[in-house]
Amino acid sequence: MVTLRINGVEKTVDVPDDMPLLWVLRDVLGLTGTKFGCGMAQCGACTVHLDGHPIRSCIMPVAAVGKKPITTIEAIGQTPVGKKVQKAWQDLEVVQCGYCQSGQIMAATALLKAHPNPSDSDIDAAMAGIICRCGTYVRIRAAIKQAGQPS
Amino acid sequence: MNSEPSSNTAKDDPELQSGSGVSRRTFLKISAAAGGGLLLGFIMPEKIWRTATAEAKAEAKFAPNAFIRIGRTGLVTFIMPYVEMGQGTYTSIPMLIAEELEVDLKQVTLEAAPPDIRHYANPLLQMQVTGGSTSVKAAWEPLRRAGAAARMVLVAAAAQKWKVDPASCRAHKGKVTHTASGRTLAYGALVDTAATLPMPDKIVLKDPKDFTLIGTPAKRLDAPNKVNGKAIFGIDVKLPGMKIATVTACPVFGGKLASVDDSRAKTIKGVRQVVRLDNAVAVIGDHMWAAKQGLAALTITWDEGPHAKINSADIVAQLDAASRQESAAVAGKAGDAAKAMAGAVTKVEAVYQMPFLAHATMEPMNCTVHVGKDECHVWVGSQIVTHAQAAASEVTGLPLEKVHVHNQLLGGGFGRRLEVDCITQAVQIAKHVNYPVKVVWTREEDIRHDMYRPYYYDRIAAGLDEQGTPVAWQHRIAGSSVYARWMPAAFKDGFDPDVEGADKPLYTLPNILVEYVRQEPPGIPTGFWRGVGPTHTIFVVESFIDELAAAAKKDPVEYRRALLDNSPRAAAVLDLAAKKAGWGTPLPARHGRGVSVQFAFGSYIAQVVEVEVRKDGDVRATRVVCAVDCGVTVNPDTVKAQIEGGIMFGLTAALYGEITLKDGRVEQSNFHDYQMLRINEAPAVEVYLVKSAEAPGGIGEPGTAALAPALMNAIFAATGTRIRKLPVNRLELRST
Repeated sequence: MVTLRINGVEKTVDVPDDMPLLWVLRDVLGLTGTKFGCGMAQCGACTVHLDGHPIRSCIMPVAAVGKKPITTIEAIGQTPVGKKVQKAWQDLEVVQCGYCQSGQIMAATALLKAHPNPSDSDIDAAMAGIICRCGTYVRIRAAIKQAGQPS
Repeated sequence: MNSEPSSNTAKDDPELQSGSGVSRRTFLKISAAAGGGLLLGFIMPEKIWRTATAEAKAEAKFAPNAFIRIGRTGLVTFIMPYVEMGQGTYTSIPMLIAEELEVDLKQVTLEAAPPDIRHYANPLLQMQVTGGSTSVKAAWEPLRRAGAAARMVLVAAAAQKWKVDPASCRAHKGKVTHTASGRTLAYGALVDTAATLPMPDKIVLKDPKDFTLIGTPAKRLDAPNKVNGKAIFGIDVKLPGMKIATVTACPVFGGKLASVDDSRAKTIKGVRQVVRLDNAVAVIGDHMWAAKQGLAALTITWDEGPHAKINSADIVAQLDAASRQESAAVAGKAGDAAKAMAGAVTKVEAVYQMPFLAHATMEPMNCTVHVGKDECHVWVGSQIVTHAQAAASEVTGLPLEKVHVHNQLLGGGFGRRLEVDCITQAVQIAKHVNYPVKVVWTREEDIRHDMYRPYYYDRIAAGLDEQGTPVAWQHRIAGSSVYARWMPAAFKDGFDPDVEGADKPLYTLPNILVEYVRQEPPGIPTGFWRGVGPTHTIFVVESFIDELAAAAKKDPVEYRRALLDNSPRAAAVLDLAAKKAGWGTPLPARHGRGVSVQFAFGSYIAQVVEVEVRKDGDVRATRVVCAVDCGVTVNPDTVKAQIEGGIMFGLTAALYGEITLKDGRVEQSNFHDYQMLRINEAPAVEVYLVKSAEAPGGIGEPGTAALAPALMNAIFAATGTRIRKLPVNRLELRST
């Protein structure tokens, strides 16, 4: 039994210790906003926040999470920065197929929390781990810059 | 794969074809097929609607055709015949209907159309398919007509209630207003009356100058749920009692399962069942982790079959031989190319090669199936739900009408989801159990068991006169034919329609011979890939015309421009792209600009790529300027987005994309060895749209096709090295 704090709610799940957090979220708790893309921390579709930091949930064993709070795409809009990021994403029409966008938004939100006004190289460093096959990169860059502007 | 059984087409149904009415039995049948809506569709006679009004009243809904339902509360539902895979159809198609129906897009909810070729066939392709950059082209007229017909009936209903002339009423934002008196009724209040009225004899479309939606940058209707995690893709489907399966197929194409020892797997907590298929093994578990762990714990012996010794080099050698063989199918011909070649002052020859490519949609292949005794349900994101239905019918033995396909959002399509291999396999697995099972492929399975963009091998030659003008052009294409398998009727006279872009180049070429030789790679399944034919042909033609410009010692833009007399729209996009890109202005050393111009999918585009080739051979595209004339634009922001995305897709392939084979196995497996472009490598992109009243052209794929040649031409400008084989080999570009 593992007890997790997800989006402000405690959940106890009966899963193996080595089970990656991704599958606990998706297949046990039904939080399907976090996506499976590669299973080896190559694509970033599974990005969630652990104690405010972006992590790849596909390689994070659930037993290693401990008591640190987890935030997923389903709740990121409840944070001020997450809300701004989601708005910028819609203002600039970033999404296409949308499958990678949960990961993109989680990574962008973490970036903007750490660097409210990021440079291009800050954006590259924070976002290069998240693959978008539809090629929305130009708009992701612009949306992060918009979300970084004081409202 | 069979497409539709003949019983499911209108021409085989005399009742439907006569237009004289329809029996209640037939009505119920087709009504059920369309999810309860009444039908008009592309080929349904309009009078059927009248016969059906009794049922429409009973439903208390106004459903004038297969695409629109309006309820008493004013809820407007559009049934989407084209699927959403990122290209924006779930906004552009509703815009077409809403423009004529006079409703606000905010009022509209969307529903995926069920498999029903009679009502939801893409009229350009005669199949219920989303692909080939055809959706807006195909829907442009019929779906505006669908909206207009409904609007005219609603106006007539209001006029009847008010006892006024319909001409004195107008519809706007989901309401009808009597202009003189200012009386207004919302559509919801009119549905019962509307359902009793006949369809208009003549459907009157709006004058384009009155468009309020078409041509404006409408917000994507699918965006809100794609930024908050609520959007449901096929892989997100949840059902009571559902289990998760993952699968491994024989690593060698054409191989079979010999035996499997599952004793260890069965001891893993959460593993429910091991399913043996002809050429694969699946493990079903309580969750993906259990299924994956179970799969890893199997000891599998494969019968590798006849292709276990195939390597990439063998396939290339076969293609090379095919490209030299004596006879070939003629795909394009004018004048006498051989004679003109013999008389040319200069001859330029080249061989171009493009590799196998995987699609690598971000959403790995998946399909959820529940096989019951009398029916089967399939939840999947498919570009062709009718094939999905037929595949499940074939595996289960159930008739088509007992197979229900619930289409979901697609996490990328790119042609991969035109195939039903994963669906067939998922149904085979689900047949072994009595609960719903979601089959999810790992990324490794996705890369190693794709239907690959074919390897193409092209020989091309041109003869130039004293001024460097091409007087002869000979082009021979060797490669797999996807059409011959996927749509055999389209493979005619020995050549594949994917010669598009090569058979009739834009340029004035008086003596031309374009030939095609079909050469299938042994065992390797091939499929359509974003950009299909033009992604291959435009690379060759636009690289080679650049070679001719160099041989003639002329500027690449001027050289092309002089040969575009017969194509003013192409010349215009070329001029625009060159101007916006600052063509001819100086660049630093090892930087260069390259251009491409094309007509493909009904659209004209020109691209200028700026590149930096670093001393270690690393290639960075820094800026891409694209001029687009795709005729009328429905949602201009989506057009731009598709070009931006298409450029990144093309750049990924040009820089990295390559599937290779060793001992019959695909050597790549995941994103570490099948690399994708990332944001730090993404160029700045500028897209310029030419205002046009021409019929709409396709836009999902042209941007991809244009990129590789423009990039290779830019690399040539920067380094003097001509890249004729993709992907870019950085070793060739190192500065010593």
